[in-house]
Amino acid sequence: MSPDQTNLLQGTLDLVILKALALEPMHGLGISRRIEQITKGTFKVKAGSLFPALHRMEEAGWLTSAWGESENNRRAKYYRLTKAGRRQLEAETQRWGRISLAIARALETT
Amino acid sequence: MPVLPQVISFCRRVLRREQKETELDDEILSHLDLLTEQKVKEGMSPEEALRSARIELGGVEQIKEQVREARMGAWLDTLLQDIRFGFRMLRKNPSLTAIAILTLTLGIGANTALFSVVNSVLLRSLPYPRPEQLVVLSEKKAGFDRSSISYPNFLDWQRTTSTLSSIAAYRGEDFFITGTGEAERVPVGMVSAGFLEVLGVAPVRGRFFTREEDRLGTESVAVISAGLWRRKFGSVPDIVGKRITMNGASYTIVGVVPASFYFQASNYDRAKDVYIPIGQNTSSVFYHRDVHPGIRAIGRLKPGVTLAAAQADMDRIARNLAMTYPDADEGAGIGILPLKEDVVGDVQPFLLVLLGAVGFVLLIACVNVANLQLARSTARSREFAIRSAVGASQSRAIRQLLTENILLGVVGGAFGLCLAAIGTQAALRALPETLPRGQDVGIDARVLIFTLAISIFAGLIFGLAPALKTSRPHLQETLKESGRGASGTRHRAQGLFVMIEMAVALVLLIGAGLMVRSLIDLWSVNPGFDPRGALTFGVSLSPSLGVNAATMRAAFREMDEKVQRIPGVQAVSCTGGALPMRGENEFPFWLEGRPKPVTQSGMNQSLYYFAEPGYLKAMGIPLNRGRFFTVDDDEHAPPVIVIDESFAHEYFPNEDPIGRRVHLAIFEIEPEIVGIVGHVKHWGLDTDGDATHPILAQAYMPFMQIPDTFWAEPPQAYVVVRTKGSPTGIVSAIREAIQGLNADNVVYDARPFEEIVQDSLAARRFTMVLLGIFAVLALLLSSIGIYGVISYVVGQRTHEIGIRIALGAQYREVLRLTIGEGMKMAIVGVAIGVVVALGLTHLMVKMLFGVTATDPLTFAAVSVILSGVALVASYVPAHRAARVDPMVALRYE
Repeated sequence: MSPDQTNLLQGTLDLVILKALALEPMHGLGISRRIEQITKGTFKVKAGSLFPALHRMEEAGWLTSAWGESENNRRAKYYRLTKAGRRQLEAETQRWGRISLAIARALETT
Repeated sequence: MPVLPQVISFCRRVLRREQKETELDDEILSHLDLLTEQKVKEGMSPEEALRSARIELGGVEQIKEQVREARMGAWLDTLLQDIRFGFRMLRKNPSLTAIAILTLTLGIGANTALFSVVNSVLLRSLPYPRPEQLVVLSEKKAGFDRSSISYPNFLDWQRTTSTLSSIAAYRGEDFFITGTGEAERVPVGMVSAGFLEVLGVAPVRGRFFTREEDRLGTESVAVISAGLWRRKFGSVPDIVGKRITMNGASYTIVGVVPASFYFQASNYDRAKDVYIPIGQNTSSVFYHRDVHPGIRAIGRLKPGVTLAAAQADMDRIARNLAMTYPDADEGAGIGILPLKEDVVGDVQPFLLVLLGAVGFVLLIACVNVANLQLARSTARSREFAIRSAVGASQSRAIRQLLTENILLGVVGGAFGLCLAAIGTQAALRALPETLPRGQDVGIDARVLIFTLAISIFAGLIFGLAPALKTSRPHLQETLKESGRGASGTRHRAQGLFVMIEMAVALVLLIGAGLMVRSLIDLWSVNPGFDPRGALTFGVSLSPSLGVNAATMRAAFREMDEKVQRIPGVQAVSCTGGALPMRGENEFPFWLEGRPKPVTQSGMNQSLYYFAEPGYLKAMGIPLNRGRFFTVDDDEHAPPVIVIDESFAHEYFPNEDPIGRRVHLAIFEIEPEIVGIVGHVKHWGLDTDGDATHPILAQAYMPFMQIPDTFWAEPPQAYVVVRTKGSPTGIVSAIREAIQGLNADNVVYDARPFEEIVQDSLAARRFTMVLLGIFAVLALLLSSIGIYGVISYVVGQRTHEIGIRIALGAQYREVLRLTIGEGMKMAIVGVAIGVVVALGLTHLMVKMLFGVTATDPLTFAAVSVILSGVALVASYVPAHRAARVDPMVALRYE
């Protein structure tokens, strides 16, 4: 584990998972790789955090899952965003934008 | 996407945890596979890749645990959210919510109340260890399935049984306690030494009596109840060894049974205050093999022995006894029955029919609430269309609606539980004695679970149809149409609901109707005597009177005279032997001039009553021929007997019985028949002469001619009195008069005969009252339903009706149009109901009297009544519609 890897802030994990799934349905490993990729390696989501988050979000109705075949014909569980999930992504993105803006401003004024 | 598969998958997800677990395993394994594969691709060797992947994955069990927690948390979150929202929705519609909750409270309350009775009476096991092994034994004689046992026979059963681990005899008698506080009459159990051992109960103080004490010539010992211990001895700890005087004899107390101990062998049995060894009975008659002094027996099956095996064992014993003692036991068998069946067998069919009926009431309540919900669903279809448009899934919407409905169900259930708790107690107070184990009725965990289950079930039943409908998004139409929604299908669904309600209400009304007719028929049955103004009470004269028959006869004569002089008393008679609807006593006999039958079972049997000259007048029994007794038929006069018309018909079909003689086996006398009186329905209005009570012949003998040897101490008798006014008002005067003769005289058990006759119908009346309540409730709910639907339909068609009226339609035509709509539903409902009732009422056959289960009059009357109610329920809104001003109607909407 490289030292520049940052722990995910509370609440941001959902956001990055939703974001990662926004493009296409993916299996767990794909999601974790995609997050690594889009955060340029800053965030590395381990299975121990990923799976509980995925199941929680499925229960909340943001994701649905189905078994499918991976690129190499292996069985894997694929997750897909629901309508509610997309709505959630929008709402969370806006909220995150507001928060990060506010924090940035707060830090500037000092 | 179709909704039903969604609902199913939702339910499956909630319910099938196991499958989810394996799926989670699969998911993690596949993750590991993918990870390994990726690492191989990056250049690792397969072993190295697997190892590295394992490390990266971390602890599988921890991950699974975290997933489970996350899932549960999210599920609970949604649930709480749904519940909060549900409460808000229910509060927003207070009147609708109140009606729904009231309906459910009635439905669930009635079900809970009845279930708590069924639970305590039928389901809960008897309060003894391993109760399923307990059986009741009785003798079977020709025509008698459950006759009492002769004591010598019992001892032989006890000695020779191979399938029962223990067996004990018991019989009840009332004794008089004197010398310890106030004189008191207490129920006493004369039981075998093994009585408590059979039941598996241990005394709290001292011991039960031993086998050595359970025989003649040993010290008189007694075991007392915890109640008597408290009442008479203030619960002193050193109770063992104290003495108690009963019927003038002294007994040493050797033990106390626990306060919780209660043995009730049948509906009419009372809890005993004292137990004494049955084997110490000093009456020589008691030890005759052909005497059956009211003994019954309980036994415990050896572990693993079936009832059938025990029955075979008993059959073998009965055969052996019949061979050894043909005189007494020829043709006698042994009956064996589970104790529980013996206790509750009589009421089981009544309770089950009531449980079915009350289930129907709940069904109607659910349908009514479903109807309300449907009405609301129109308003809410827009809400759900919007939610669906912004991305809520259908299963989410259904879940929301079901949560609301279950919430409604549970709130209704909570109120229903309170209603049931109050209602059952009130009902049991109003109708004591009706139920065996009635003292056990109450609310326990099982009742709570039942109520919760039916509340949730009710919520699901009445919530599912509206939920499926509401959540089905005809998005564009619903949003476009200003709130009218898919009214066509809604109307159809409501119509269907109304038909179901009408059908169910009809079934209940027919059930209640049949019970009402049965009771009316029973009330009009002539009991053979006149219960109005007749009173009976027991009397026990002071034991100090002396020990011979002459002094006792004198004491009773004195008492007679004293009671006769009380103002309002028209006739009085002491009785012994049997008493109509109170106690049975039969004697074996043969007719004079015919050979003495060789065996006991070959003898004729008749009920016998010892009576005084005033008996016929006191009871209101008609004298058909000859004469009844006079004061001259006393102990010095030749013995006489009076028979009833059934006796005459059965044994003297072609000859005049008067002047003939019968030989009475027990008393060894041959009295002359001097008169014939009317037949009395001794066994009850409905059961007289049926399979369980086949003896119809009745015989009367003068009370004073009871042979000297049968005058036992203390002198006791039942007395019947005819009064001018209310029989209850005179009881205190009678008690005063009798105690005025001697302070130790006790008067007890005073009851008007009218009440006794009423009580003999108690189980039926209880059923009729409850069925009636359920039926009226059903009628009320279903007429509300039909009223609501017609109002709705009319409301929808106001516009159309306005046009019709504007074009010249008359009031009558419009009325016919709308009423026709309601009547169509009602008639289909009635037709379905009649068919269902034809199938169900045969379950009630045992409770009916004088009517068949398919009594056409009841069916027709109930159908007409129900149709009439439906007519009125649809007339009111129809009338309103037909009176509408066309201008208003056309502007409507």
